[in-house]
Amino acid sequence: MSHDTTHAPEAQHGEHEHHETPVVFGFWVYLMTDCILFGTLFVVFAVMCHQFAGGPTGKELFDITNVEIETAILLFSSITYGFASIAAHARKKSAVLAWLLVTFVLGVSFVGLEIHEFADLVERGAGPDRSAFLSSFFTLVGTHGLHVTIGLIWMFILFFQILGRQGLSDRMQSKLTCLSLFWHFLDIVWICVFTFVYLGSVM
Amino acid sequence: MLGKLTLSSIPYDVPILVGTFIGVAVIGIAVLAAITYFRKWGYLWREWLTTVDHKKLGVMYIVLAIVMLLRGFADAFMMRTQLALSYAGNPGYLPPHHYDQVFSAHGTIMIFFMAMAFMTGLFNFVIPLQIGARDVAFPFLNSVSFYMTLVGAVLINVSLFIGEFSNVGWLGYPPISELQFNPGVGVDYYIWAVQISGVGTLLTGVNFFTTIVKMRAPGMKWMQMPVFTWTSFYAIVMILLTFPVLTVTIALLSLDRYLGMHFFTNDGGGSVMLYLNLIWSWGHPEVYILILPAFGVFSEIAATFSGKPLFGYKTMVYASGVITLLGCLVWVHHFFTMGAGADVNTFFGIMTMFIAVPTGVKIFNWLFTMYKGRVRFEGPMNWIVGFMITFSIGGMTGVMMAMPAADWVLHNSLFLVAHFHNVIIGGVFFGYIAGMNYWFPKVFGYKLRDSWGKWAFRCWFVGFYLSFIPLYIVGLEGMTRRLNHYDNPNWHPWLLVACVGVFVLAVGVACQVGQLICAIIDAVHQKRDALDATGDNWGSGRTLEWSIPSPVPHYNFARLPTVRGLDTFHIEKELGRPTPVESLKPIHMPKYSVLGPVIGVFTFLFGFAMVWHIWWMAIIGLLGVFAAMVIRSADLDIDFYVPVEEVRADEEAFAKRISAAQAAE
Amino acid sequence: MKRLWRLFPALPALMLSGCTVDLLQPDGPIGEGNRDMMVLEFAIMMCVVVPTCIATLFFAWKYRASNTKAEYRPNWSHSNAVEVFIWGMPIAIIAVLSGFNYWSTHYYDPYRSLPKDMLVREHAENTKPLTIEVVAIDWKWLFIYPEQGIATINELDVPTKTPLNLHITSDSVMTSFFIPQLGSQIYSMAGMETQLHLLARNPGVLRGEAAQYSGPGFSDMKFKTIALPQEQFQSWVENVRNGSSQFASHEPLNLQTYPKYAKPPVVRESVAPTPSPVIYFGEAQSDLFQHIIAKYNNGMVRSINNGKIMRMDMHAASNGAASSSDTGM
Repeated sequence: MSHDTTHAPEAQHGEHEHHETPVVFGFWVYLMTDCILFGTLFVVFAVMCHQFAGGPTGKELFDITNVEIETAILLFSSITYGFASIAAHARKKSAVLAWLLVTFVLGVSFVGLEIHEFADLVERGAGPDRSAFLSSFFTLVGTHGLHVTIGLIWMFILFFQILGRQGLSDRMQSKLTCLSLFWHFLDIVWICVFTFVYLGSVM
Repeated sequence: MLGKLTLSSIPYDVPILVGTFIGVAVIGIAVLAAITYFRKWGYLWREWLTTVDHKKLGVMYIVLAIVMLLRGFADAFMMRTQLALSYAGNPGYLPPHHYDQVFSAHGTIMIFFMAMAFMTGLFNFVIPLQIGARDVAFPFLNSVSFYMTLVGAVLINVSLFIGEFSNVGWLGYPPISELQFNPGVGVDYYIWAVQISGVGTLLTGVNFFTTIVKMRAPGMKWMQMPVFTWTSFYAIVMILLTFPVLTVTIALLSLDRYLGMHFFTNDGGGSVMLYLNLIWSWGHPEVYILILPAFGVFSEIAATFSGKPLFGYKTMVYASGVITLLGCLVWVHHFFTMGAGADVNTFFGIMTMFIAVPTGVKIFNWLFTMYKGRVRFEGPMNWIVGFMITFSIGGMTGVMMAMPAADWVLHNSLFLVAHFHNVIIGGVFFGYIAGMNYWFPKVFGYKLRDSWGKWAFRCWFVGFYLSFIPLYIVGLEGMTRRLNHYDNPNWHPWLLVACVGVFVLAVGVACQVGQLICAIIDAVHQKRDALDATGDNWGSGRTLEWSIPSPVPHYNFARLPTVRGLDTFHIEKELGRPTPVESLKPIHMPKYSVLGPVIGVFTFLFGFAMVWHIWWMAIIGLLGVFAAMVIRSADLDIDFYVPVEEVRADEEAFAKRISAAQAAE
Repeated sequence: MKRLWRLFPALPALMLSGCTVDLLQPDGPIGEGNRDMMVLEFAIMMCVVVPTCIATLFFAWKYRASNTKAEYRPNWSHSNAVEVFIWGMPIAIIAVLSGFNYWSTHYYDPYRSLPKDMLVREHAENTKPLTIEVVAIDWKWLFIYPEQGIATINELDVPTKTPLNLHITSDSVMTSFFIPQLGSQIYSMAGMETQLHLLARNPGVLRGEAAQYSGPGFSDMKFKTIALPQEQFQSWVENVRNGSSQFASHEPLNLQTYPKYAKPPVVRESVAPTPSPVIYFGEAQSDLFQHIIAKYNNGMVRSINNGKIMRMDMHAASNGAASSSDTGM
């Protein structure tokens, strides 16, 4: 094909609308596959949750207060992201940036608390190589944490792209929508983690 | 600095590998020299490697598939000759250390890098054209997917010359694939090759699902989609449902190997049975992922070459849906011998048997498509007749093994090996090759030479039976798969016959290579008589892709077609092509991007580094991929408009060719 | 050439005469059940497959483009009658096969003790079943006869017309225990016990093998199965006990000596590992099998007698083979 073709910027806006729909739809499809990924990890955890291999059980290890704080932070960050979305629809750039910043800080503190929890477990001799139960625990919760971290990096980049020349363009709007879907999805996954992994182990 | 990689990792003391390396190096240098001599580097880079055009990506996938077919076939050839020799004290020429890698590589390559790549190539080329779209939903992502698949294939081939490949079979069953029993890098090569290409396939799935759902031409209802698009759609749904499971399973295995976790280890509470369930709940749907598009290919070809519509279009669509559903509910039949309860085994056994119903229905559909038709035995059609016979037999042996009481003796025998080759060669491979013959003129404007194709078919058909009927028999004589040597006098004659069969198959492969070489010669000489002016190369095309010029312009459709029913193009030919009322508009197209190959290079660095525990390089690889994605996300210059003048010129030339062809008739 | 063709129908018989097709000529009721199911399915399926293949060739020939005399209906693509036939017939066949499937999966379930009516047919209803514990090791088979207090490596001697209750585990990777002529195989997995019930009808030597790839020594991981009449089996047991056989080991098999025998042979890249010889142990520790399972489960094992989880004494089990894969107790 030849590249010596010209731009037709006057037609760009209308055509863009036509092309944006599949982005959000495609992201939904991706999220569904991610859902199956987490589903598989939950199944693995369900199979492994009594394989302590003589090591510590969840009841002995988990600090529910810490997990409750993590949960509260993550749920709250979903609300603040919601405010960012509302601001984006209203095309209020500075409000979007402010709410993204708040969400980012909350997300970072969630990841921080999780890393702290993991480090504490490893220090107590309950690392992922101790038993199948701990392997599946670290993998499931760690995969969620990794997703949150990726979401944070994504947020960080979008923050600077909004500051920069992209502003709140249509393309940026759909990126914000995708991140919003991602962020709320991780919230839902976390609720399952909290219920089945932590509460399930302690009860 | 280089992790586990040392000079001694290079097997320079193994004559077969050194010979292979020299052969590959000579061919490789010759190809590179030819590209340099003809000054094609710039062309290759600008037009192919950086492309986001689904048609070119499709071609590259199929080229990759054919190269990997040669590699996988060489492995098969070595296995059959080894077993012909290694009888009664003769160790053959492949000690277990090599032989085990050969059969593992054969399976991995044929499934992931031959069949999957071939299938994705057909998806890429055909689906957007059949649904009247100008590209896929995410063209750049499509390029990334291709490079992921390519990286996996390259990793497997690198393992030939640096280190070793997995020696535990194509599914890497633990605990033998665990570090305790397998401290080498072979399994790690397997893990990263499969993992990386698997992610590529998953992204392809997301891409094409979105494409089919969102980008069909105006007016195309679901029940007006061509059958190939339908069956591919089902395959894509299965990719979305099951490839995440593969990703998780392989990731857990790598966590065991890299971080000492206990998912599938013998000790620490790990469970082999969990791995078997996980891998097969991907692995069984995987075989339906491969066969469904092949069914679609056969349906298109049967209709085109019988000069009739497909018999029972609706039946075909529903039957494929039933296969999709049941295909996800049968995985336990791969391990009836694991000691599950009788009720569990019965459930999965009966589910498996019931897949024979929609599959049988399809066979009858093709049969009745030929019925009262005018069947032309041009290249692609031969493969169908061969397929229907071979696949019926393979399906029958499949139903035999669906009965647990029979499977308890047939499991892991060469009977099983013969069965799945029967359906994969007779179904998947015949289908894809037929598809390549069928759509080749759409891609390049001229047909593959039929005589070479016919000989390839004859050799494959005869060679298949010569190779695999003996395996059914030795399977019944109690021979298990993956044996390296044996001393049972009953088996030896049959294995000699199978060895003759593999030589016949080799002639078939040679004919296919010859056919492709002839195609290149034809391309250089621009053989006019093979060219077709109308775009309807077979003269009886029914679906949208035949309504546009061959080769297809880079924007596919000058005007998005309006769909008026099933087999739109056939209707148009019957009623006369409508004169376009709509004026041409500038066409919005994606720009090519260097970031696809860049991501590929960094992914390769990452994969290779992970295999050899070269952590700094792995970090560079990851950062590189990440940086490329950030650059892409910030890039605003990703599209352009094809001006009306260019489209109009193309259209006028095409119209002129059509009227000239009609005048000549 | 013509004369050769005349021989063609006899070809299968020629090629099979004098050889045993293990799965079609079984030597026990379980193997017969496996075979009957296979043959039955084959026969029923052939009723569809053969006509389909013939119809394919016939339609392809009859409706070839050059045969302009054949009827051509360019728009015919639907017929309710054909639809009913092509859905109805496979459903009917599969429904019948499903019935057989249900029955045979339950009747021949490897975990189920041999059914009473089968034993009556085999004249074995009054014979006490023989328990054998099977351990898959790299790359050999260990057979423990707990009631006789003996053990063997790579040779399984069984009495004919006696129900065999096999308990199977692995002390290494997963593989599959299979004697083709006796029927059904079952996986052996470390830390777990699987079960298999078989019966040998006639005296003779049968091949036994590992049916799941298990590493470089896999091809030689096979054993002779020797079926002996009840009295001869008893005298064989006596022979093993008093160590008068050429295969006799000079020491008993117990937790102390076991690691020596369980050690895999040296693996080199250029040749297959040496196959393991046959060994007889006149004395075998009765709970060795449980210890082998227990060492992967933190010392816990399910009792064969009452199905309860019990703890094995791990001190006795701490040996070379166990320490490499210890559970970290």
